[in-house]
Amino acid sequence: MNVMDTRATSAMLYLDGVHVSFDGFHAINNLSLTLEPGEMRAIIGPNGAGKTTMMDIITGKTKPDEGTVLFDGVTDLTRLDETRIAELGIGRKFQKPTVFESQTVQDNLLLALNVDHSVKGTLFWRGSKDESERIDRVLETIRLTDARNRLAGSLSHGQKQWLEIGMLLAQDPKLLLVDEPVAGMTDVETHLTAELLKEINKTHTVMVVEHDMTFVRELGVKVTCLHEGTVLAEGTIDQVSANERVIEVYLGR
Amino acid sequence: MTPHMLTRSLDRGATIFLAVVAACGILIPLSNLLLPAGSFLQVPTYLVALWGKYVCYAILALSIDLIWGYCGILSLGHGAFFSLGGYAMGMYLMRQIGSRGVYGNPILPDFMVFLNYSKLPWYWQGFDMFWFAALMVLVVPGLLAFCFGWLAFRSRVTGVYLSIITQAMTYALLLAFFRNDFGFGGNNGLTDFKDILGFNVQAEGTRAALFALSCLALIASFLICRSVVSSKLGKVLIAIRDAESRSRFLGYRVESYKLFVFTLSACMAGVAGALYVPQVGIINPSEFAPGNSIEAVIWVAVGGRGTLVGAALGAVVVNYAKTVFTSGMLAPYWLFMLGAMFILVTLLLPKGIVGTFNAWWDSSKEKRAAATTASAAAEDGITEPRMAE
Repeated sequence: MNVMDTRATSAMLYLDGVHVSFDGFHAINNLSLTLEPGEMRAIIGPNGAGKTTMMDIITGKTKPDEGTVLFDGVTDLTRLDETRIAELGIGRKFQKPTVFESQTVQDNLLLALNVDHSVKGTLFWRGSKDESERIDRVLETIRLTDARNRLAGSLSHGQKQWLEIGMLLAQDPKLLLVDEPVAGMTDVETHLTAELLKEINKTHTVMVVEHDMTFVRELGVKVTCLHEGTVLAEGTIDQVSANERVIEVYLGR
Repeated sequence: MTPHMLTRSLDRGATIFLAVVAACGILIPLSNLLLPAGSFLQVPTYLVALWGKYVCYAILALSIDLIWGYCGILSLGHGAFFSLGGYAMGMYLMRQIGSRGVYGNPILPDFMVFLNYSKLPWYWQGFDMFWFAALMVLVVPGLLAFCFGWLAFRSRVTGVYLSIITQAMTYALLLAFFRNDFGFGGNNGLTDFKDILGFNVQAEGTRAALFALSCLALIASFLICRSVVSSKLGKVLIAIRDAESRSRFLGYRVESYKLFVFTLSACMAGVAGALYVPQVGIINPSEFAPGNSIEAVIWVAVGGRGTLVGAALGAVVVNYAKTVFTSGMLAPYWLFMLGAMFILVTLLLPKGIVGTFNAWWDSSKEKRAAATTASAAAEDGITEPRMAE
């Protein structure tokens, strides 16, 4: 038997027939979605469409009632907890920027680096040149080199969003889940964020949830529109925004 | 642990703290033993024992600050670990009494004879050996904390719910230890100690030595806490304290970290209890009272949570106040004063004494730095036109 045979799919992320309900409310309803390796996908949809719940399922925060969630063709994510899934290589940026506010920008990135995360490993940790170089590189990418010694809590909203994206970069996951990266950003910041994500996509598979259609258009990638926990439309931004149902439930006439 | 880790980032406050504790640990016993009784500089024996008690409380406070200040675990049952360490030491001291007890039984402590025990219960075996008792001082609280933490942290019990079950834990132990048939002297606890390692526990020399040892233990505990919180593990603890689920999504096994630091903290509390018992001469179930654990948390809050030095300082300050006020006519009002102190600190000094001082120090340092740069800039401004000439 060759190795390829054990893989159920070549997709980086494969969701099939996923259902989740909370007290009778069907948050996710027969959701099926595939992300190819190296792809960037934008997810749009009205509030309550299940975008964040989908991310919760992929990262192990919520367990689906039924359905298949496969990562990298082999790993069943529904059986694993958040820590294990993070170790496998799935990173997540939250809707509300969540950085470690009482620690410096540099320490935030240090904590995110994908090195030994065990108790023993961190207790006897000593910095290496390689690690500090990686941190320097990330700081440059997210334009926070000058703020490296500032407390993360003192950053502006946009800078926090970038720091969190930087933490994802330091984590260097195979798949990045990015939830509303440009919420509350100025136009310039939004543009820079799109550039940043495109740069990241060169080496990573990315899934972005966003409401800002200008931003989604700028990304120029395949778009999936969710509605009531299921896929409503999928295709290029022009195809999706021309879809009657999408216009009805989301974009408005 | 390497020396490098121990000395890493020993800031000014930590250095002063260590110097003061070391000085007390050396000078107080020397003054007590060498200077003539009644002389101005001689520390009387009763004060040595009293301050020895404070030092033990300071170790307990450090152990609470390690988990509460740095990892956000508010244990309202840390007195339980302190008391278990104390009981382990008390059992050793009971076994040392031998046939000098009231009933003269060479094996059984007095309370067992009184309660018609025919032989020593299995869990008292081995406590005639100091090394075994010393080991149990660490193992018993550590094991309880490990089991308790394993269940609680794996089930993701956090916040106020965790605090409540720690209270329940210490209260359950209080009730168990009150029972005569539990085998630890019931209501009266363990007392009438005679010797420790062959030295009379009442003797001035022994008391002085115990005081010095307590100071040494405080220094050791401080250095351990310091090396933990200044390592990368310390950063992870703070990350867990501030954003637990974020830490999980970064791939940190939160429950392992909490379990490690909770168990370490319980062992430290056990050591504090073990040093406390020979100095006060008794351990009884009232040490398990939930109120004691809450008081210990107040010491940390008063001194400054998450500063280590503040925790130790808070323990000494609050207990000194307690000694002063409970011995005078204000005695009936002590609990009101303690409560008021807690409320005032929470409202006016939320960072505690040391935390507030640190914040003030940092901001005044910044101001000074800003003033220097401003004046430098001003000088540049004056010199610039001349340069242009």
